[in-house]
Amino acid sequence: MAQASAIPTPMTVAVIDANRRNVRDARADGLFRWVVAGAGMFVLLALAGAALSMLWGGKEAFSTFGFNFLFSTEWDAVNHKFGALVPIYGTLVTALIAMLIAVPVSFGIALFLTEVAPNWMRGPVGAAIELLAGIPSIIYGMWGLFIFVPIMGEYINPWLNDHIGTLPLIGPLFTGPPLGIGMLTAGIVLAVMVIPFISSVMREVFLTVPTRLKESAYALGSTTWEVVWDIVLPYTRSAVIGGVFLGLGRALGETMAVTFVLGNAHRLSASLLEPGNSIAATIANEFTEADSEIYRSSLIALGFLLFIVTFIVLSIAKLMLNRLSRQEGVK
Amino acid sequence: MSAVAERLYRKRRIINGFNLLVSGFCAVFGLFWLVWILWTTFVKGIAAMKLGLFTEMTPPPGADGGLANALFGSLVMSLMAIAIGTPIGVAAGTYLAEFAKKKAIGEVIRFVNDILLSAPSIVLGLFVYTLVVRQTGHFSGIAGALALALIVLPVVVRTTDEMLQLVPSQMREAALSLGVPQWKVTMQVLYRSALPGIMTGVLLALARISGETAPLLFTALNNQYWTHDLNAPMASVPVVVFQYAMSPYESWQSLAWAGAFVVTIFVLVLSVLSRAILLRNKVSND
Repeated sequence: MAQASAIPTPMTVAVIDANRRNVRDARADGLFRWVVAGAGMFVLLALAGAALSMLWGGKEAFSTFGFNFLFSTEWDAVNHKFGALVPIYGTLVTALIAMLIAVPVSFGIALFLTEVAPNWMRGPVGAAIELLAGIPSIIYGMWGLFIFVPIMGEYINPWLNDHIGTLPLIGPLFTGPPLGIGMLTAGIVLAVMVIPFISSVMREVFLTVPTRLKESAYALGSTTWEVVWDIVLPYTRSAVIGGVFLGLGRALGETMAVTFVLGNAHRLSASLLEPGNSIAATIANEFTEADSEIYRSSLIALGFLLFIVTFIVLSIAKLMLNRLSRQEGVK
Repeated sequence: MSAVAERLYRKRRIINGFNLLVSGFCAVFGLFWLVWILWTTFVKGIAAMKLGLFTEMTPPPGADGGLANALFGSLVMSLMAIAIGTPIGVAAGTYLAEFAKKKAIGEVIRFVNDILLSAPSIVLGLFVYTLVVRQTGHFSGIAGALALALIVLPVVVRTTDEMLQLVPSQMREAALSLGVPQWKVTMQVLYRSALPGIMTGVLLALARISGETAPLLFTALNNQYWTHDLNAPMASVPVVVFQYAMSPYESWQSLAWAGAFVVTIFVLVLSVLSRAILLRNKVSND
């Protein structure tokens, strides 16, 4: 009997086997956890790496020009003098024009798709707008250059010159040569491009408003507009602002749609009809032609500025959008 | 009194009617531009279509040619970007959904991922330029693929995270109670159930990178000839379209429209396909 217990029985074999497997599984689980956690950290690294690498690439420009880099309008490749004011101004102005057009229109579209349109129309039109949000921006740029610029140059710019350009105060904004290209054109093309983004975010958040809130208002005799303005908008306010900032982030960083129609001119001009430049367009146009170290460094420094600005804008967007989902979670 | 109430009522009705009408106009206005852009791309693109597009190389100025090398370059770099970005993205999404669901670090990664998702693509191009092109000393297809992979990554992370969270927790608990180790539960139960969703994410990412121009401008650059060498500059459709559209030559511009048309069709088909996968899966789950 004593001998028999020394020989492993099938039972003990199974136990040892199971133990061994437990150890192996635990080890594999640990390894798996490390691998996926590493991938998660990689996401953080990618963003931090992007910021640091551009800071490093642009450090020569920052240290040579100092704070003057932000406020100088000079852009002289021959004498190696670079300032970022013209591209910064162009980026902000085109994005501002785009938002002035896109936000009200997107609100209208979202309102139409959630409250006004007949039911059979809501799904297909909403899906179509979301599909259009996926069209590459280079298509918008090409359309802008070949179709929209001639129309601007031939009809819209002369009209603006004659009718709005003569007004006091805002007049100088709308006087300029009928080139077609320029900041106004770029702003309009950007607006067309971000409308699908903003309106699909707005449509989605409008749909999260509880039906009973809206129906209570209707029961008290509100009109559709009053329900939207007094119930839907206050309820979704933070997320709507988030959607607008998301669109703004896109408009600020957009390259291709703008590069085609902006004119690549390093000149600060009051008129919106004059050609200008934006940060992204400057980098896209000049990076491969940059022939000196300081030139390239200045362009990377521009990229760093763009990154910082969009980072702030997108952070605001994200925080605002999160607020609505948290509020919903509380209920 | 009733006259006042009547007037107020009429005023509210008029405001309502007017504003709703304006919202309808907004919808028409928004769709008008988008239809116009698509229409232009289709008309000009179809007019420029020819068989040589897929067999001939990109021509020198003024000459006739096709986009074969650019199409090949785009295909190679996009597939490489998917091959690099998808595994890392799926793993990171798994971490978020399975290990860091309610942890602070999970929130931070989600936040950063969403920023990466909408970060300007030209910035990612600059990142890869300083990281790869500058170190190796030359533009290359690999650098282009890496820049595109950085765009694929956040899309896949987000969809994987969302799709895994949709998997009912009973499935996890049932598998774990049978003594299946967690990595096997994830691999064989969760991924299988979330697969259509993750596939959708990958297709959407592919749609997104196939039209991306900005990150390729100074990573892969461009190449007038056919090349398999990933260490050399590589042509891609969007960059060629950009270069040709800005040129004064008629034949180049027509090639640019053809390229734009091909990219647009590809993107639209991918978007519709991914939507169909998601929709069919939703129906079968109920």
